[in-house]
Amino acid sequence: MQKNSAIKSFFIEIGELTYFTGRFFRELFSRPFEFKELLRQCYSIGNRSILLVGVTGFIIGLVLTLQTRPTLQEFGAESWMPSMVSISIIREIGPVIIALTFAGRIASGIGAELGSMRVTEQIDAMEVSGTNPFKFLVVTRILAATIMLPILVIFGDAIALYGSYIIENAKGDVSFVLYFNKVFKTLEFSDLIPATIKTFFFGFAIALVGCFKGYNCKKGTAGVGKAANSAVVYASMLLFILDFIAVFITDIFFEI
Amino acid sequence: MNQTQNIHEIKELETKKRMLEIIDLRKSFGDNHVLNGFNLELFEGENLVIMGKSGSGKSVMIKCLVGLMQADSGSIKVMGKDITKLNRVELDDIRTEIGFLFQGNALYDSMTVRENLEFPLRRHKKKFENITDTTALVTKTLESVGLAHTINLMPSELSGGMKKRIALARALILKPKIILYDEPTSGLDPITSKEIIELMRHVQKQYKTSSLIITHDVDCARVVSERMILLVDGTNYAEGTFAELASSKDNQVRAFFK
Repeated sequence: MQKNSAIKSFFIEIGELTYFTGRFFRELFSRPFEFKELLRQCYSIGNRSILLVGVTGFIIGLVLTLQTRPTLQEFGAESWMPSMVSISIIREIGPVIIALTFAGRIASGIGAELGSMRVTEQIDAMEVSGTNPFKFLVVTRILAATIMLPILVIFGDAIALYGSYIIENAKGDVSFVLYFNKVFKTLEFSDLIPATIKTFFFGFAIALVGCFKGYNCKKGTAGVGKAANSAVVYASMLLFILDFIAVFITDIFFEI
Repeated sequence: MNQTQNIHEIKELETKKRMLEIIDLRKSFGDNHVLNGFNLELFEGENLVIMGKSGSGKSVMIKCLVGLMQADSGSIKVMGKDITKLNRVELDDIRTEIGFLFQGNALYDSMTVRENLEFPLRRHKKKFENITDTTALVTKTLESVGLAHTINLMPSELSGGMKKRIALARALILKPKIILYDEPTSGLDPITSKEIIELMRHVQKQYKTSSLIITHDVDCARVVSERMILLVDGTNYAEGTFAELASSKDNQVRAFFK
């Protein structure tokens, strides 16, 4: 019985999320456009995440190189390090880990912010004052995250490659020019383009879940905590599902 | 004499313009029937108080009134227009005529007091196209609630009473013809409550608004009401002036005034 109601509520939530997504696309193309708020959100989302993404990217580069080096050394294949690390970072590790940290920061932030606005009637106040709160709060945040995550991932990837170079330079005496020559010789557009395209979807999914949970928050302040928490959990889960789909499609078109 | 006076009052009301009219409003949440055929008329310049216990459907009724909730059936007319039949643009237009003071103030806490007051203006530029200096309008509205010096403060820096005043200023900035007060004195100490009640009266005189006040504060009802409706189980249980209802023999009515 309890299992049945859990399954039922799961499907109800999927239905509500689908409706929410549909409403986003309807409102996205209707006037008035909230450009000023969109720019404010882009700045806020980017500014809030840039340090975190930078540090995460740097550590990814360091750790990946440190962990992989001994294995390649055994086969005398250290010269493959830049190629291997750059492909791993650009194709998979960079986008996924940076998107996960972004989800932790942004999905929970949006969930808590919109949730508290909902329970303190600020969203109702917006509606009464003639502003469409969905357009002002939800559309701008989803759009801002969709635009900003790819930029942050490219930035994070660059930092990660630099981190990897530092280890290579320290352990293998590889120069900056040599390292990045090897990186750019290895990387192709078929590595970069699908990886960048999927980050748009990651950004969209993260903000969508955050907004959905916050906007539909119920049950007072306890509901705000729950909204923030479940926003991160569902956004992270959705990321892996989207990543699997993206890799699957990339495999068909680019034969990785 | 009393009967003649009543007839005279009724005739006077009939000649006044109806600002709000609710007819047979019904709203249920599953098996919970919150409003069961509620009726209301608010006349121009009048202060109408709705009293009811918690859960009697007061907040649901007021939310239906501004289109934040959809009623199951019944009609809601704001200055003659049935809001249940309006599209979004028309509804937003009619909303400029209604100021809403939320129970919890609902000030945008990521914005300063100035930005809070400017927010309703940005969407209704047409109505205020003759106003070029929004700062002057914001300052003037803040002066009318006695808080001009808070213009650059954040809501978190204000006390409960100040938040209430700022929320009232925000509701007034569009110069609405109707103001809806949802529990205006709840959560305030008795002295601040009195100040807010005085402010409500002052605002009504200055802006010549018609007010619908939802409250369970008897003191507030006594001071501001010209007419009262007691809401019990989602229907109009009793109606009259404060004095009439306070002297009622009906136990359920008397319970409100104890």
